[in-house]
Amino acid sequence: MHINVTDQKGKRHRLEALPGFRVMEIIRDWGLDIKAECGGACACATCHVHVGEQWTGSLIAPLEEEIDRLDEAFDVTADSRLSCQLIMSEELDGLEVTLAPGTEKDRAAA
Amino acid sequence: MNSEIETDVLIIGAGPVGLFAVFELGLLDLKCHVVDILDRAGGQCTELYPEKPIYDIPGLPEVTGQQLVSNLLKQIAPFDPQFHFGRIVSGVSRKPDGSFAVTTDAGDRFAAKVVVIAAGGGSFQPKRPPIPGIEEYEGGSVFYAVRQIEAFRDEDVIVVGGGDSALDWTLNLHKVARSVTLVHRRPEFRAAPDSVNQMTALRETGKIGFEVGQVSALTGRNGELTAVTIKSDEGEKTIAATRLLPFFGLTMKLGPVAQWGLNLERNLIAVDTEKFQTSENGIFAIGDINAYPGKLKLILSGFHEAALMAQEAKRIVDPDQRVIFQYTTSSTALQKKLKAA
Repeated sequence: MHINVTDQKGKRHRLEALPGFRVMEIIRDWGLDIKAECGGACACATCHVHVGEQWTGSLIAPLEEEIDRLDEAFDVTADSRLSCQLIMSEELDGLEVTLAPGTEKDRAAA
Repeated sequence: MNSEIETDVLIIGAGPVGLFAVFELGLLDLKCHVVDILDRAGGQCTELYPEKPIYDIPGLPEVTGQQLVSNLLKQIAPFDPQFHFGRIVSGVSRKPDGSFAVTTDAGDRFAAKVVVIAAGGGSFQPKRPPIPGIEEYEGGSVFYAVRQIEAFRDEDVIVVGGGDSALDWTLNLHKVARSVTLVHRRPEFRAAPDSVNQMTALRETGKIGFEVGQVSALTGRNGELTAVTIKSDEGEKTIAATRLLPFFGLTMKLGPVAQWGLNLERNLIAVDTEKFQTSENGIFAIGDINAYPGKLKLILSGFHEAALMAQEAKRIVDPDQRVIFQYTTSSTALQKKLKAA
């Protein structure tokens, strides 16, 4: 099982994934640049990804909490999700996501 | 300049680990002052997930961030820690006698025998939108907080966001600004319903503008903003603006700590695992901000680090006093300190 993650610089990474883990955790565990500072509590919006068009229908719909939290993310579009709210499963094998601007570890603070 | 405050220990950060450090230091009779950039205790626990359950605190099968912090404050109350909120420690330097001179951006001055950095992921700072060139306008046209309403008088103000800060400032600034336009990515708001109602009324009577979309570009020169471009499903539009206030919440940043000459490892402070001391004797780092082989960023790791740090802190503050190891369960001396006996 794997996911494909395009980083903030446009480089695509094929990452091995385990079922039951949050997509954010997989990205973080492989050492990609993702701030994810609240650790998966849907509280910070620094794990924001754009989901590949063909995958948006396969995902569980976001809860209101996630939609509200996306207000604190940047470049939010219809395919925006917080990767801490996406749980890896067989159906998501091959998932395509792109790390959104503002998720870099060092850049986001003024 | 405020008068100097003398303390045994100055703790930077009032999150769970900073608070528990007060307890461990208190058992050893060390007095603490605690500085935090937020306006209350709790750090990430209260700022990011006050209502979220935590399941890995020993002895507490399920506790929310807020409950944990409230309990810690109760636990350390006997030691009467002095809190200094809403300020950031800007400088730490060693004095000739080996103690530390600590200053804050609010003009406080401390003389501390020991400094404990328990700053978690760093200090909470406003999120900077990734709009190209935004840095050039910061402080002149782009602000992340309103310090003086007068700075917005007769200006064309763009407020961005959908939470309480964005709504509150829209409501307040429209009274002095030449124009206020609220920009949010969707027509729904997560701010207090009363603020949303007031904003809607102003919008319907044409007293403020409202645009659904996101700011994608800034126009201006020499740090002076003249217009912003707003991107939405309908395309892009540019509107005149001389002030921009983005409200996207807070994020953590290491901040001035990075300039204190301590050994760092990937933006974390390197410590030993016996005393959790940094590369400077007398300056300790505990909790999420430190780095050592095998480190796990868990609250419980920070608690352990606080206990070991306190032993060495005691030796520094009272070098001639023998530290006798005691349990709170059996030591009447400790129980007296806890006012439990």
